[in-house]
Amino acid sequence: MTLNISQRKIIKHWATGLFAWLVALTLFFPILWMIMTSFKTELQAISQPPLLFWEATLDNYMLIQERSDYLKYALNSLYTSVGGTVLALLVAVPSAYAMAFFPGKHTKDILLWMLSTKMLPAVGVLIPIYMITQMGGLLDSIYPLIVIFALMNLPIIMWMLYTYFKEIPKEILEAARMDGATTRDELRHVVMPLSWGGIASAGLLSLILCWNEAFWSIQLTASDAGTLAALIASYSSPEGLFWAKVSAASTMACAPIIVFGWFCQKQLVQGLTFGAVK
Amino acid sequence: MNSLSNTSTQTPRKWLNMVNLLKAPSIILLLVWMIVPLSMTLYYSFVEYNLLYPGPKLFIGLENYNYFSTDSAFFPALFNTLVLVGSVLIITVGLGLALALLVNQPFFGRGIVRVLLISPFFIMPTVNALIWKNMMMDPNYGIFSVISDFFNVVPINWLEDMPLASVIMMVSWQWTPFALLIFMTSLQSQDTEQKEAAQLDGAGFWSIFRFLTLPHLARPIAIVVMIQTIFHLSLFAEIFVTTGGGPGFASTNLAWLIYRQAFLAYDVGVASAGGVFAIILANIVAFFLIRAVGKNLTE
Repeated sequence: MTLNISQRKIIKHWATGLFAWLVALTLFFPILWMIMTSFKTELQAISQPPLLFWEATLDNYMLIQERSDYLKYALNSLYTSVGGTVLALLVAVPSAYAMAFFPGKHTKDILLWMLSTKMLPAVGVLIPIYMITQMGGLLDSIYPLIVIFALMNLPIIMWMLYTYFKEIPKEILEAARMDGATTRDELRHVVMPLSWGGIASAGLLSLILCWNEAFWSIQLTASDAGTLAALIASYSSPEGLFWAKVSAASTMACAPIIVFGWFCQKQLVQGLTFGAVK
Repeated sequence: MNSLSNTSTQTPRKWLNMVNLLKAPSIILLLVWMIVPLSMTLYYSFVEYNLLYPGPKLFIGLENYNYFSTDSAFFPALFNTLVLVGSVLIITVGLGLALALLVNQPFFGRGIVRVLLISPFFIMPTVNALIWKNMMMDPNYGIFSVISDFFNVVPINWLEDMPLASVIMMVSWQWTPFALLIFMTSLQSQDTEQKEAAQLDGAGFWSIFRFLTLPHLARPIAIVVMIQTIFHLSLFAEIFVTTGGGPGFASTNLAWLIYRQAFLAYDVGVASAGGVFAIILANIVAFFLIRAVGKNLTE
């Protein structure tokens, strides 16, 4: 049987689609399974063969909230992520702006150096940071975490903003100047509107990285300033057969950032190219 | 005239102008963030300092370095660190490329497929580790064992028998979406006319990929490699939650070895020496990486 071109195209369309859906569902499966398990009882969670249909229960969620005050950890995560991101942006936006529009001889070297500081492993400086925090009486407080998160993400944010600002054509600025725009006008009406995309996506990536950061949160916090990442890590020891409860806690820890990420996907991608798209 | 360019060109004190004032904070902050802890780590690495035995911090030269590097876990940890970073890079770049090409085709529900595919990137590393450790890899109740049973194969005890491979799998699952995100974006900017012209000239899928798409993706690949290396050299959370570096040292990387020394053996001196080793390794990798991809990044 021979097929004409349009028939072939349709078959190819459906085959690609089926395959893509299959791959996507496979890769998404662990997340789906986690969410499903969180609505089971502990016995259902480990039943063999795995249960695909069951009567959903909210008990795990209630229990987690009762036992470990989810809201407190969630707020700590929110404060540290937003705080760290805002602080980093406050420092990075003017710097990256200056570097992109008024590059010096060493601007590129400086940027590469900044990225290379990210290569210093956190464990290498864990003890000094721990001791400084301890000396300042700031163990188990969210403030050192905010500062660390900001510094931790600063190089990547700088890089994203720099590459984004650099793409803004300088001719637009010149044109605005010709039309008699002052520096303030220029910043407000030309540079800012064109920069929002880059700032938004750098901020989003930083938020995601802060929210999920585990190393410093585990080391520097306990019950007062603990973030969700630290809370989840504390569930790792009594592994046993508490999958349903662990799943409920995990789902609650990830849901905010996943939903947030889904909605902001487009904005996130805008600046995530690191100047790779030419 | 514009005040910004005025100050940048005509102020007599050349360094105290607006532009440098704007640039300075980020540079100074990062310098401090690097130098203060680094010099403290260096200092501790040369003294005898164990939290369990309070006393004067005596200068002991290279003893800590000697102790750390002759630890039987040192070379396995070094090796594991490199294997971990290398394998994750190969898997995520390869899979990311394949998925990006797939998602770049038109098909039904592409938007949802994309959302599903990038979701693992938003998952917390600690949650990622817990999901895989319990619900996927558990030898009795995990999904993998269910699949093995279905095919009548003896289930693998992942975390016991292949701890490093298990960690690599978790990390790759999380970071493939990152590679996908970046590749996807740059594929959208690829010249379609060029591709169509090549197709008309009879070029097949592979030659288009090899001679048009791959060169177009050189920069994005460099960026993905660079950023992932930065993150995976000091991988910690996944090991902390799942294997604890074991069994033996099978999944101990340098980061975990130092952590064990500092917080389980309370030996600040030896742990600091380990920190210096980790920093040296990071610098070696950074040196080669920046040479290899740095040029690609700044042009």
